[in-house]
Amino acid sequence: MKDDVATPEERSASLKGMGCSRKRVEDVRFTQGRGNYVDDIKLDGMLFGDFVRSPYAHARVVSIDTEAAMKVPGVVAVLTAKDLEPLGLHWMPTLAGDKQMVLADGKVLFQGQEVAYVIAKDRYAAADGVEAVEVEYDELPVLTDPFEALKSDVVLREDLAGQTEGAHGPRKHHNHIFTWEQGDKDATEAVLAGADVVAEEMVYYHRTHPCPLETCGCVASMDKVTGKLTLHGTFQAPHAIRTVVSLISGIAEHNIRVISPDIGGGFGNKVGAYAGYVCSVVASIVTGKPVKWVENRMDNLMSTAFARDYWMQGKIAATKEGKITGLWCHTTADHGGFDACADPTKFPAGFMNICTGSYDIPTAYLAVDGVYTNKAPGGVAYRCSFRVTEAAYFIERMIEVLAIKLNMDAAELRRINFIRKDQFPYQSALGWEYDSGDYHTAWDKALAAVGYVDLRKEQAQRLEDFKSGKTRKLMGIGLTHFTEIVGAGPVKNCDILGLGMFDSCEIRIHPTGSAIARLGTISQGQGHATTFAQILASEIGISADDITIEEGDTDTAPYGLGTYGSRSTPVAGAATAMAGRKIRAKAQMIAAYLLEVHDDDVEFDVDRFVVKGAPDRFKTMKELAFASYNQAIPGLEPGLEAVSYYDPPNMTYPFGAYICVMDLDVDTGEHEIRKFYALDDCGTRINPMIIEGQVHGGATEGYAIAMGQEIAYDDMGNHKTATLMDFFLPTSWETPTYETDFTVTPSPHHPIGAKGVGESPNVGSVPAFSNAVHDAFRPFGLTQSHMPHDHWRVWRIARDLGLHG
Amino acid sequence: MIPAGFEYHRPTDMASAIGLLQAHGDEARVVAGGHSLIPMMKLRMASLSHLVDLQGIAELRGIELGADVIRIGAMTTQNELITHEGLAQAVPILREAALQIADPQVRYVGTIGGNVANGDPGNDMPGLMQCLDASYEVVGPDGTRTIAAREFYDSAYFTARSDEEILTRITLPCPAAGTGYAYEKQKRKIGDYATAAAAVLFGPGGASIAMTNLADTPVWSAEAGAALAAGDTEGAVSAALAAIDPQEDMRGPIEFKKHVAGVVLRRAIDRALSRAAG
Ligand SMILES: Cc1cc2nc3c(=O)[nH]c(=O)nc-3n(C[C@H](O)[C@H](O)[C@H](O)COP(=O)(O)OP(=O)(O)OC[C@H]3O[C@@H](n4cnc5c(N)ncnc54)[C@H](O)[C@@H]3O)c2cc1C
Repeated sequence: MKDDVATPEERSASLKGMGCSRKRVEDVRFTQGRGNYVDDIKLDGMLFGDFVRSPYAHARVVSIDTEAAMKVPGVVAVLTAKDLEPLGLHWMPTLAGDKQMVLADGKVLFQGQEVAYVIAKDRYAAADGVEAVEVEYDELPVLTDPFEALKSDVVLREDLAGQTEGAHGPRKHHNHIFTWEQGDKDATEAVLAGADVVAEEMVYYHRTHPCPLETCGCVASMDKVTGKLTLHGTFQAPHAIRTVVSLISGIAEHNIRVISPDIGGGFGNKVGAYAGYVCSVVASIVTGKPVKWVENRMDNLMSTAFARDYWMQGKIAATKEGKITGLWCHTTADHGGFDACADPTKFPAGFMNICTGSYDIPTAYLAVDGVYTNKAPGGVAYRCSFRVTEAAYFIERMIEVLAIKLNMDAAELRRINFIRKDQFPYQSALGWEYDSGDYHTAWDKALAAVGYVDLRKEQAQRLEDFKSGKTRKLMGIGLTHFTEIVGAGPVKNCDILGLGMFDSCEIRIHPTGSAIARLGTISQGQGHATTFAQILASEIGISADDITIEEGDTDTAPYGLGTYGSRSTPVAGAATAMAGRKIRAKAQMIAAYLLEVHDDDVEFDVDRFVVKGAPDRFKTMKELAFASYNQAIPGLEPGLEAVSYYDPPNMTYPFGAYICVMDLDVDTGEHEIRKFYALDDCGTRINPMIIEGQVHGGATEGYAIAMGQEIAYDDMGNHKTATLMDFFLPTSWETPTYETDFTVTPSPHHPIGAKGVGESPNVGSVPAFSNAVHDAFRPFGLTQSHMPHDHWRVWRIARDLGLHG
Repeated sequence: MIPAGFEYHRPTDMASAIGLLQAHGDEARVVAGGHSLIPMMKLRMASLSHLVDLQGIAELRGIELGADVIRIGAMTTQNELITHEGLAQAVPILREAALQIADPQVRYVGTIGGNVANGDPGNDMPGLMQCLDASYEVVGPDGTRTIAAREFYDSAYFTARSDEEILTRITLPCPAAGTGYAYEKQKRKIGDYATAAAAVLFGPGGASIAMTNLADTPVWSAEAGAALAAGDTEGAVSAALAAIDPQEDMRGPIEFKKHVAGVVLRRAIDRALSRAAG
């Protein structure tokens, strides 16, 4: 047998387990146009739904006339709030403890809000039907500024009139949603009052949107004979969606099957529940036919979940030498018309309290006020764990602002404030226990890799040249050391709608020694089918090529909370390893029985169990798999299956050091990214190639956000960036070239030491790009200028600093 | 993003095409590459009952290089302009500009005729055509007439062409040998219209300057060209800037656009001068 001659190293390599840059198995179908996305699903007799949307940001809906629409050939029905009301479905609960209109109930609160749902034989007829619905609006005063909203007499949420208590405590004003406080306010104020140096700044992280290539959509199919509802959709959390659908529709959960097929990117946009899902389900029940709803790009950018929109007022205190003594942050969070943030229930501002970042800051205080405005609802974690990008951007800007105040090099300021390796596990002032880290090593490696000292010299020369008129381009060096908090999370403090945020894996080994594993998560491009098989390959000694990974069908997969917040590897990856270990434990007993020794006398060796001290006496996992089906083993049930539901003891804390070198044309505001270096420490590395791909993708989104991407409204609440002409999505041409690097500091509490990586590059790259812009103008006195740093805003910085002569 | 229903016609000769336009009046519109018109229809900003596709009319195609003039059929795609070697030698600014339009996918389909007939101030070709002093041949029920590019644009989407006329051919005088040229465009990304763009020719035959997306029509300034021909770069810049009237949009406020217009124009002038022979 080939097995007999192979060395352990060769056998290990043939498993394609952890650490191997295995090619993505998904790509075989994706690169051949054989993916199966929601819009590829075609069911017999399927109808199409489309929304009439509000042209106004704030208006009363006086009347809706559907008569003309019903006459459009092909239109089957038109639903309005009045039709949904008897079912109690004209409003739905949000993930944030608020409720949201499914269809306009008397008024609209943002431009693009769903007003009526037209159901037709095809998309074209539906679009014509939408045109023909006549809605009379009575415009109301519009509030687009959260600070104004908190002062205004205009009541946005009349349904909440008189309610002084919200889902997260007292409401201070009729447009106020919640206040969330962490840390020690008095102690922090005392530190600020007595500090050598205090730097203060307002840091705005503008509103943007995840904008996945595939927009949101679903196909609802109610089988009136069986009473079963099948709901295909672009869901990042299919199991939670099933529970939500059951709770709000009253359909028993076992009669609902939710399927997430291939998903073309999610980035948080596909976590929440949307009006389109509810209306499609109702439409399918009403018509008895399957109903498909798929957003177009404008629908997506205007109505399904946005991200960020945090106004973060910061104060940072330090000694003269630069040792940080305290951090204070007050955030005004613009949530739009409904609070539809996707955060764990007890965290209305997500994990914003990771805003002490990578630094040993003894005293800190954070308060977040959520506010209603006339903008679209959302506030999702766009490729980050809940509000972690906001937190990282805040602290990484505050460090730079402090460096300016202290007249210090920002790299050195970071170095003297990092949490030291020997301080882990580290208890942060805002309540987290960082699991592991080695920030100094990563930082030194990064600075050496980019040649930091020489870059500063080059920058100084450039400044001279600029001042003497030899060039009109400034050079900026953007530094970032970020710490993420991912893998939500421990059930004791993390839940969504009461569902604990554990995750799961179920493994079934087939008689011939191949396997299928099903998880409670769902890949949207992350490559789960590739990497989870690698974890299992290393754990159970079966080649990754012989393991099918399946996710997304609630009838077959074990319950899990889904994929977002970089939680798949930390939580479901841990469940996979734990389930694998159960398989291995049973295999060990089978091996011992077959080899006629005691259980403790066999040991696992890559792909087999070997009798200790007798390397030629072994049983391979393939043999053991067959034996489990074929032998009657006393005391053991037949078969080789296992399931694990994993409740992580803590979050994981990936970190990284990113450095961006950028040239900026002061006259046109154009930029050129000369270098982008990304060092990531995500603990144990499962597939280096996939990690690199994730870093490229996340950094490109970060580049877009920092340098041009935004959701903008005018004063009337008109959405100004609803197409990809104005909403910046970089092409390959604009995308920088990345240099990736790593250190490895495993998570001590995770079964395989992995921490998650998909979101780190978005968290880390945004401040790196933004700091580079700020750094270029630092010699001229710039302390803070809000993103996005598109051409005209960079030009405005130069103008305001008098650089246009 | 779904247009209202319409009838699709694909005539193979000019007479039938014009006949269709006459028969359906302002309910009908010709479609060339469709890369400006179809998006407008999908946004339901244009609603037409009849689309008359010009793809089937052979006489609207082709590039003819004469000794003094060049004739380009309206249905010539941007990509054909870019890949035509003779054209690139005779009028290199055309390739330089076409390469800055949209992206390769759009350029495979979008036509020069559609680009100049559209009347969108964002289109790059109209300004360039004014810079080159091109003229457009249009054919309608009353026959053929020629309109100078510099006379063609009235305001955004309003041109000297009447609804029943079809633009058939663009005629360009060949720039004199040794003419320096530059098409300089600032944009936010590939596939974007100009924040500001400038076309500059400078040579023995004089100088010409036109700017794009800085007013509701392209801006060609005789004064600017004259100043440049006289060697007065700053005079040329101020004359051109006096003629622009940009609007605020997501690319930036008016003040920014005016500033960038000056920068882009100076860069174009510098490059044109550096390329001029002698
Ligand atoms: C993503 C994207 C980016 C773009 N970026 C740019 C850019 O940077 N610069 C730029 O200049 N353009 C840009 N465009 C527009 C593109 O160049 C279009 O192709 C061009 O504007 C129109 O050419 P067309 O052949 O597609 O015309 P169509 O869209 O078919 O027609 C446009 C208009 O002209 C009329 N028309 C067309 N041909 C004739 C004719 N022969 N006679 C009379 N009327 C006619 C039509 O009736 C219609 O009103 C972009 C387009 C897209 C989709």
